[in-house]
Amino acid sequence: MDPILIAVIVLGGVALVFAAIIFGVEKKFIVVEDPRIDLVTEKLPGANCGGCGFAGCRNFAEAIVKNESLDGLFCPVGGNTTSAEVAKVMGLVAEEKVPQVAVVRCQGSFANSPAKTVFEGVSSCAYAHMLYSGPGGCPNGCLGLGDCVASCAFDAMYLDKETGLPVVLEDNCVACGACVKACPRSIIELRDKGPKSKRIYVSCVNTEKGALAKKNCVVACIGCGKCVKACPHDAITLENNLAYIHFDKCKLCRKCVIECPTEAILEINFPARKVVEAPKINEENITQ
Amino acid sequence: MLKTFKMGGVHPEENKFAENSRIETIDAPELMYVMLNQNLGAPSVAIVKKGDTVKTGQLIAKGEVFISANVHSPVSGTVEKIDSWTDASGYRKPVIIIKKEGDVWDDGIDTSDSLVKEISASKEEIVELVKASGIVGLGGATFPTHVKLMVPQGKKAEYLIINAVECEPYLTADHRVMLEKGHEVMVGIQVLMKALDVSKALVGIENNKPEAISHLTKIASSYPGITVQGLKVKYPQGAEKQLIKALINREVPSGKLPIEVGCVVQNVGTALAVYEAVQKRKPLIERVVTVTGKNVKKPSNFMVRVGTPISLLLEKAGGIPDGTGKIVNGGPMMGKAIPNTDIPVTKGTSGILLMTNKEAARVKEYNCIRCGRCTTVCPMGLEPFLLGLAGENLNWEIAEKERSMDCIECGSCQYTCPSGRPLLDNIRLCKLKVGQIIRNRNK
Amino acid sequence: MNMLTISGSPHVHARGDASKIMRIVILALLPAMVGSFILFGLGAVQVFLVSVLSCIVFEYLIQKFLLKGKSTIGDGSAIITGMLLAFNVPSNLPIWIMIIGALVAIGVGKMSFGGLGKNPFNPALVGRVFLLISWPVQMTSWPKPLSSAGGLTDVVTGPTPLGILKESDGFAQAMSNTNMPDYISMLWGNMGGSVGEVSAILLLLGAIIMLATRVITWHIPVSFLAGAVLFSGALWLSDSTYYADPVFHLLTGGMMLGVFFMATDMVTSPMNPVGMLIFGFMCGLLTILIRVFGAYPEGVSFAILIMNAFVPLLNKIKPKRFGEVVNNG
Repeated sequence: MDPILIAVIVLGGVALVFAAIIFGVEKKFIVVEDPRIDLVTEKLPGANCGGCGFAGCRNFAEAIVKNESLDGLFCPVGGNTTSAEVAKVMGLVAEEKVPQVAVVRCQGSFANSPAKTVFEGVSSCAYAHMLYSGPGGCPNGCLGLGDCVASCAFDAMYLDKETGLPVVLEDNCVACGACVKACPRSIIELRDKGPKSKRIYVSCVNTEKGALAKKNCVVACIGCGKCVKACPHDAITLENNLAYIHFDKCKLCRKCVIECPTEAILEINFPARKVVEAPKINEENITQ
Repeated sequence: MLKTFKMGGVHPEENKFAENSRIETIDAPELMYVMLNQNLGAPSVAIVKKGDTVKTGQLIAKGEVFISANVHSPVSGTVEKIDSWTDASGYRKPVIIIKKEGDVWDDGIDTSDSLVKEISASKEEIVELVKASGIVGLGGATFPTHVKLMVPQGKKAEYLIINAVECEPYLTADHRVMLEKGHEVMVGIQVLMKALDVSKALVGIENNKPEAISHLTKIASSYPGITVQGLKVKYPQGAEKQLIKALINREVPSGKLPIEVGCVVQNVGTALAVYEAVQKRKPLIERVVTVTGKNVKKPSNFMVRVGTPISLLLEKAGGIPDGTGKIVNGGPMMGKAIPNTDIPVTKGTSGILLMTNKEAARVKEYNCIRCGRCTTVCPMGLEPFLLGLAGENLNWEIAEKERSMDCIECGSCQYTCPSGRPLLDNIRLCKLKVGQIIRNRNK
Repeated sequence: MNMLTISGSPHVHARGDASKIMRIVILALLPAMVGSFILFGLGAVQVFLVSVLSCIVFEYLIQKFLLKGKSTIGDGSAIITGMLLAFNVPSNLPIWIMIIGALVAIGVGKMSFGGLGKNPFNPALVGRVFLLISWPVQMTSWPKPLSSAGGLTDVVTGPTPLGILKESDGFAQAMSNTNMPDYISMLWGNMGGSVGEVSAILLLLGAIIMLATRVITWHIPVSFLAGAVLFSGALWLSDSTYYADPVFHLLTGGMMLGVFFMATDMVTSPMNPVGMLIFGFMCGLLTILIRVFGAYPEGVSFAILIMNAFVPLLNKIKPKRFGEVVNNG
């Protein structure tokens, strides 16, 4: 027989056998899946950042399809546009959410909270947190080893070499919340971005008594309560020697900022004030 | 050949500079800082308030749950403040600050030096006394002793094992206790044996303390059931599971306690504390602390009241030498580096080690060269390089699969690693995260 | 008082680090290197200089411009790769081939995987095998020892014992060849071969240094030798006129170099004793298999490279874990 013919027959035969096997396997092990999962997945950003609380975008899509609703399911990366698109696929109505941004609530830079000890070991905040209170002595402050920066999948954070603190790049931040989870000291929180990105917040999470907090860090919140009194909108609460500004109530009047004796309250993206009053520290108001 | 455990282990330079210094008693300073978290488990709850007058040995804080311990006043005087104070953990923890006025002991405490051999207390009374006296494991883990003395239902203790290994380099506190308080230790062991209802006690001592071995062997003949066993010098022989393996060749199953193989392990210092609590009614308010280091002028062993700031100890040992770059609470292998010298002595303080910058510096880091030495020295048969990698890559599934929770944090892997990898740092991270994952799963 | 350092325990470290291990290996390689200078003269010196220097330069350049990391030449591993590569080539190898070999060894064999500790294959062997396949003529023209002292060119070349064996029809015929050295000559190195592989005795001296300082353990060398001796011995017993005896196999070719210096490379050998024993034994077996039944007269390099590929698998062998299998008899 012609060798070419043999080759054709053999190879063709092999191909047929394999085709049969593949066909059989596919029929037997076919996974029936809601086609909407694929459709929803397509609409998602595909970064698999976990910001929605699921392992990846597909898991998120599965959850949406399974629940047949968008309640409590929101993709922080895609934001309202994605939400609306997904809702269209599902035949639902999406709820509008206010855009948020990650905020680092610590100003314990090298200058503000000078190091008293040297840390040696793996560059991991979670590990340093196990070992001691931190170079500056503040048990709540930033350890400056960059777990948050490492966790950011959107290049929205970097460690400032001058201050040793992480900085959030607002334009890149999608408020996925990875850094919030990564920080062992819950320093980072997601806050409403605010109108024209204007925000006011207490940039400190120290819960020690005022004198102690002040000893370790000059810009610590000392829990004096002046801001609480100054706030006309009841947006500030004081708990555990620490003031907190509720962004849903804050009307951005900036009255608290002037009152704060330690400059612990920050105002972001506001125009410069015409008269800058030097904040005075009144020692009597520091709780002992 | 001398007994030892088989798997892994290292032999760091012993540097027991203070082994020939007699135990020296240090008088309590003006202000005493009595921490309320001196034991493993729940912190004690203060029962005194500012301005109260207390006597030496008076109960000032209670262990309210099962795994917790009482705290007694180390001096007589007035309670200055109930505040927070930085302890060896590097964080501020609750503290009772007492201002010393004289030294008036609480009623019923026998402060004489006479040896009381006769054990009058019953089994239950012993456990009760141990609990009331706030005794915790003095080897450093500070696990409440009364918990260990209550053998769970269905289990039977066969051996009492006394840990006198002191495998940590530099530390000599247990060594001196054995030499100077041998008889008290022996009676303490007998008390523990009675409490546990066992007839056999084994005292494991490493061979680098020959005087202690010969001294205790000599006096052990007059105390029935106690055998003193010399062991080959190998770190971490003082770890509970390794010590049991070395002495009676039994292996405690992973995740289980020594009672599983019929053993209860107590530190030799604990035996002394038990003696004082049961025979002299004296609560645990003082302990022996070694202050040492290569450049320390006078490496010493001090008998100090709990709550004394370590700065006083350092002063008595000749001050802090120039170039000190690290102060370690405990031994060099497992101790904790502390941020300042205001930290007070607690029940778990076995030693203070002063290291120079050069000694304290870690070796240069290279890539892992896959030499496998970490695996060879791991006493738990783990593969530290894998766990280290899991920690670096934040891969907690691998960390759990490779049994990071079995790690006893002895540090042999990091000690040996020729590439200077921070293996134990990463493994601790693994243990933290895997522990969280397991707890969440069990919820 | 200085600022206190905070770090996790342990606070002490055993003496010696990776660079010290490398220094000991370099020291252990020195006897054989000096021996080769005597045996092969200036040619050997030239090969060494070119190989070591180009390895260092390539590692430096790659680390600096491609990986953009800190210089790693300080750890000494590039010097070892350079020395081992030089050990594995003939002393009259042209300089340009030597430089290409160093580039392949460092660039492909080591740095492409990320540098020290990350390479699956022994870099020196990668370089050597690359050269052997690319320039078989230059790589197998073996200068005769003690014939070329003083000159770089016009060396007298001759076959290696293994080459003679491959050409001949059986062991008995090979041994009657006038070019075949006796066992004593083979032992101290008076035979054709690569620069550093000929003198078994000097390599053994280096091996003793490494064993005494615990840079290597006995597992791989012993099992390697056992594998080679058992297999070649079995063949020899079946037909002693056709197959070479085990002693011949041990003394010729790159056996000693491979057993003690190539196979024991920490990075590319298994990490647990059981894995090491399997690794070594299989290396020995494969070496004899290639020598006797393969196309090449020599098989040590190929055997080790093949087994290098199995190392990740062998590393899956877990040590017995404390508290896992309880036998409290």
